[in-house]
Amino acid sequence: MSLYIMAFLVGGLICALGQLFLDFTNYTPAHLLVGVVVTGAILSGLGLYEPLIDIAGAGATVPVMNFGHILTSGVLMEVERDGFLGLFAGVLEQGSIGITASIIIGFLTAAIFKPKE
Amino acid sequence: MSQIDKTQEEYNKLVKKYQPSDSKVKNFFSAYLVGGLICLIGQIIIELLVGTGLELTDAASYTGLILILVGAVLTGFGVYDELAQFAGGGTIIPITGFANAIVAPAMEYRQEGYILGLGKQIYSVAGPVITYGILSAFLIGVIKLLLG
Repeated sequence: MSLYIMAFLVGGLICALGQLFLDFTNYTPAHLLVGVVVTGAILSGLGLYEPLIDIAGAGATVPVMNFGHILTSGVLMEVERDGFLGLFAGVLEQGSIGITASIIIGFLTAAIFKPKE
Repeated sequence: MSQIDKTQEEYNKLVKKYQPSDSKVKNFFSAYLVGGLICLIGQIIIELLVGTGLELTDAASYTGLILILVGAVLTGFGVYDELAQFAGGGTIIPITGFANAIVAPAMEYRQEGYILGLGKQIYSVAGPVITYGILSAFLIGVIKLLLG
């Protein structure tokens, strides 16, 4: 039960901090998304993201921050196994699902729906 | 509507009256509420999928797929952008917001063709995100390689 509460609290907090970034700077949502993904990658590199997922569940996996974590953990895993080549092999190892799903679903939706006036 | 006969000072007062001074505080909590709820829904979907016998990591991936689909379809119906007016960061940061950032420009520019319209604009936000995501992951990998 507490994982539901933690998902709400942590996920909400990440979003609210993002809102502060938008309100107190002149940056756009695109900047925010890039910043959040890079932050996720750094947290992942420091080994902090897995513990965050253990604590917050979907509160950590639903924000796009998780995308940075997925890319980074793929690289780190492959570097461990393959060394130098792993730098290139690892990025999309787990990130493939998110990217492919976004492009396929994004394409189909954009092709079917008409923009609102 | 009365005619425009206000001095600068009166006008500022008028603007202030209709623009609550705590709007940033309100934005913070709207973003918190909506973003938190989307994550809570994500957690519920994960638990339901784990209940059907899926492994946790697969359940999280399927939840990602479902939320991308939901975000994309709500964008198609124009609902997501209305929600974003209220929730800002709360709708931008969850993966549904990433789907929104992919679908909205692709849909809008479809009239300029499937290649240079939809095909190009689908990456207008996803492009920077993927570029800098891969760049940071790569650099972190380099650091790990150097540190051994």
